[in-house]
Order: sequence, then structure tokens, then C-alpha cells
Amino acid sequence: MNICVREGRSGMVKGLRVVRPGIRSELQDWGRYGFAPQGMSQGGPIDVHAYAWANKLLENRMEAPLIELTVGRATFQAEQELCLALTGADMQARLDACPIEHWRTFRMKPGQILTLGAARDGMRAYLAVRGGFQVPSSQESVSTVARNRMGGLEGDGRSLQAGDRLPCLSDHGSKCGSAGHGLASLGNVRVPPRMIPEYRQSVCLRVVESYQSSLFSSSEMDAFYRQTYSLSALGDRMGARLEGAEIRVPSSGVISEGLALGSVQIPPDGQPIILLNDRQTLGGYPKLGCVARVDLPKLAQLRPGAQVSFVPVALEDARAAWLGFCRFFVR
Amino acid sequence: MMKETKLRIEPVSETSWILYLGEEIDVHLAPLIGQFSERIANRCPEVIEVTPSYTSILVELDVLHADFDKFPNRVRRLHSELVQGKSDDSSRLHLLPVYYSPEVAPDLIELADHCGVPVEEVIRLHSSCEYHVCAIGFAPGFAFLAELDERIAHPRKTTPRKKVAAGSVGIADRQTAVYPSESPGGWQIIGRCPELLFDRMKDPVSPFVVGDRVKFEPISKDEYLRAGGEIGNG
Repeated sequence: MNICVREGRSGMVKGLRVVRPGIRSELQDWGRYGFAPQGMSQGGPIDVHAYAWANKLLENRMEAPLIELTVGRATFQAEQELCLALTGADMQARLDACPIEHWRTFRMKPGQILTLGAARDGMRAYLAVRGGFQVPSSQESVSTVARNRMGGLEGDGRSLQAGDRLPCLSDHGSKCGSAGHGLASLGNVRVPPRMIPEYRQSVCLRVVESYQSSLFSSSEMDAFYRQTYSLSALGDRMGARLEGAEIRVPSSGVISEGLALGSVQIPPDGQPIILLNDRQTLGGYPKLGCVARVDLPKLAQLRPGAQVSFVPVALEDARAAWLGFCRFFVR
Repeated sequence: MMKETKLRIEPVSETSWILYLGEEIDVHLAPLIGQFSERIANRCPEVIEVTPSYTSILVELDVLHADFDKFPNRVRRLHSELVQGKSDDSSRLHLLPVYYSPEVAPDLIELADHCGVPVEEVIRLHSSCEYHVCAIGFAPGFAFLAELDERIAHPRKTTPRKKVAAGSVGIADRQTAVYPSESPGGWQIIGRCPELLFDRMKDPVSPFVVGDRVKFEPISKDEYLRAGGEIGNG
């Protein structure tokens, strides 16, 4: 990926300024692939559904960098005319004083302020700009992985800070929001209401059984599917930790092996951990399978204490669902 | 010589297969796993990620451009080509200087006491053999090296340190490793390497791949300092 920062007429890079980063705001793109042999995590958006919609609304590439906001309470200011989209958890967005809806595009004029409050119904929101933020990539991606000190605005894995300026393509003369373009205008594009998810705090996740599943006794697998877990507050972008009745593990460990996204790992304390985007590349705890990728966005929007249960799914069904997702979003 | 192995291929998720080349840790598998991973990455355009480890390779496919069900046969062909073909032993040998001293290695004396050998013997045993890079993980560029002489094998610390300096050379059971950057860690630290083994501005960010070989060379304090090494714990 080449660094391509187009400069304004004044010669100064303009875009979106971070006034207040909030609890946690990070640059994310589709993720960093091809570097696992060197021990680097993939990163990427935790809620890939809201991420993909934000870019699709703006006719961006699927891989375009945007901001992932966790919990919220952030403020941004436009330095030039911009066309943006906001998806994911409702953070009571306001443009200057006016409330604006999520799951649609909107314009910002130079100087205007976008304020996000605390998430009301989920955990994460996605803020994209037309063309994507023009940030240099580190190892082929801008995805921020704090524990790898990789990605983000300066390539060192830090989250966004007050005063950071995110370069954007100039939007002058584009069709964004300009009158007279009819349906082609990007200034007022919405996600169809039936495609906007309702973030519930009680979800059932489908699991493809794999890895060491055959080593778990059938009574332990039954127990895993029968019970309801509660999401621990200790989870992060590496993994979602669950609390519930203990699952007895077949052995204390396995030879360290590659960890797929969504792996359900059972450490010796018997409390499942679902491995997410910033997971380490290798691990030695037994795993009973992987959560279907199309279900991970539901998990991404859960708050601590939320209820999680599991149901088995056939590999072919999970793959068909993921293929459908990718075909819909990749242009 | 390339180690002859059986190949077991299992689906892991809607995008991933895992290939098992052995059932137990065996340092002689490392060159095969390293070369096999490289071949899969280079010859299968539908592969977007490979994660080699001690006995296995996790392979992730691009769902839009892959025939998931055909992949095992493709991989079996690559495997037999590799095993039958002449071993092109392309594994590289890395020579890493190490300053073995309590000044930079908080566990050196205690480890020698525990193992019942003099410090000089710990250094000699650690630096006299070649190690295989069996896996890279835990942190970017962290290479698990095997196999350590059992006379100086020692378990990890019961409580990991909050901070281990970059370059620290550690021991855990029959493995050894160099911490590529400062991080928390529980390995027994017996020395420090002055070379930078992880640089995020470089590609690759670290010099090792699975299957490479590593040998340590003891250096004096002067040599260590001249190579840019620092005294102290961080």
C-alpha cells in the first residue's frame, strides 16, 4: 500500500482533527495479513459488519482505514469539507448542536464539530470518511495493534490522541452531498432499516467444532452448549473472556499452534476465551472450535455482564454465510 | 536431510485449515515446516496467512478466491514435492553475540546454582550448540529456539517479571530465546544481546523465520558496549 497524501492548496495536509479521543479511538482497516510468520497479530475491526457498512456507504474500498470508537465520548473537528459515515453503537452523535443519525452519511463543513457521547446500546462505533483516512501503513496496514506497537497514525500502535490530525482526500467538487446529483449523491445515503442490527445483550453464537473438540468428553461439550455464560469485564481486543460453570479440559495444554479468529480456547480454569483480532498468533491451550465469523459482530457489541450461549453449526453453513457477507461488501 | 513425515489436514474454521506434520515437538521438523510454509504462501495465491509452529501450520484462505474443499489436495501435492525433492537446505545460520553477566542477566547466578554447574559452564553449554527456530510468536519476532542442553534446562519463573529488557536471552525448560523488545516475561535471563532483533520500520521486522538456525557467541563487556549494548535493566 502506498502512502498517498493529497495536499490542499495551502500545501498543508487537512482532514479531521481529534479534539477528544474518548475512551478509546483507534485507526483500523481490514487487518494486517502475511506477517503471522513473524509473530504479528492481524488486528482489524472487532465489529466487521458495522465497519464494512461505514465504508460501503461512502463507496470506499473494503480495506479503507477508519476510526473504531470503543465506548465513545469523543469529539472531532473538520478542517475541510468532508463526507463521513457513522455506524455501529448509538453514541448520540451531534454535529455542532444538531443530533445526527447513525448508519448514514453526513457532511461536515470546515470548523464544524462532531461530538459522540457514551454508547447507549452497544460498545463500538465506526467513523469513516470518503476515500478513507490517508495514513501511511506500517507492514501493509494501518490497523492499530497496541500490544505489537504496530499501526495507527504514527505506526507505533498508539490510539488516537487529542490534537492528532487525520489527513483526508479533498472533497471539493466531489459528488458528496452536493445538490443536483439525485440518487448518486453520497451526502445522504442510509443503510436500509431492515439491515441495521439491534444490539442485544444476550446472544447465541454458532460454533464450528474443530481443533481439539474430539478430546473434550461429550458431557463437557453438552455442558458447554447448555449453559449461559456472562461476559467478563476483563476482555479486550485480544479476546472475550466468559464466566460460567467450569468446562473440564482434556489436558493441561497442547503443542502451541496457530490461533484462528474466533477460536474458543479453554484454559485450565475452565472459563472460555474467544480469541479476537489482536490475539497472539500462537497458543497452547485446548480449543474446541471457532465462533462463526458472521456472529463475531454480535459479540463485539456486548457489554460486560451480557449473556452468551453457544450452538453448533456445520462448517459448510458457516462458510456459506461468510461468503455471502464478503460478496455483499466487497466490490 | 529433510525429515519424512505424515501429513494430517483438518478444517478449523470457514476460512482456515490446520496442517499437522508431527505429533510431538521435534527440532528436526523445523526446517520442513519453515520451507513448507514458505511454499504454501508463495504458490497458493488464495492463501492470505500462514502461521507455522512446532508441529503444525495454520493456513487462512481468502474466501472470495479459494476453493476451500480442493485445498487439501493442493497442499498434499506441495508436500510430496517438498519431501521427495532434494533438500535445498536453505536454512540460514544467525550468529548472535551475547554478554553473559549478572550486570545484564538477573537470573544467571541463581540458574547456575539450581543446575549445580559453574556460571562459566552455563555459558559454555548455552553457546556451544546450534539451535533451530521452531516457532515465532508470543510477541513479534520472539523466536522459540530448541533444543537446550538438559544440564542447564530450567522452568520459567513462577511469577513473570513485569519488565524484561530488549535483547535479554532467556531459558525456559529446554528452550531458549531472545526478547526482541522490552516486554513482561517469565523466562530465566542469563545474558543480553546488543543487536536489535525487532525493528518495526524494517521489512521483515525480525531476522528469523521458522527453520533458521541460531548460535550464540559470548562477548566481553567492552565488545557488548561497543556494539551498542546498555547496562541496567531497561
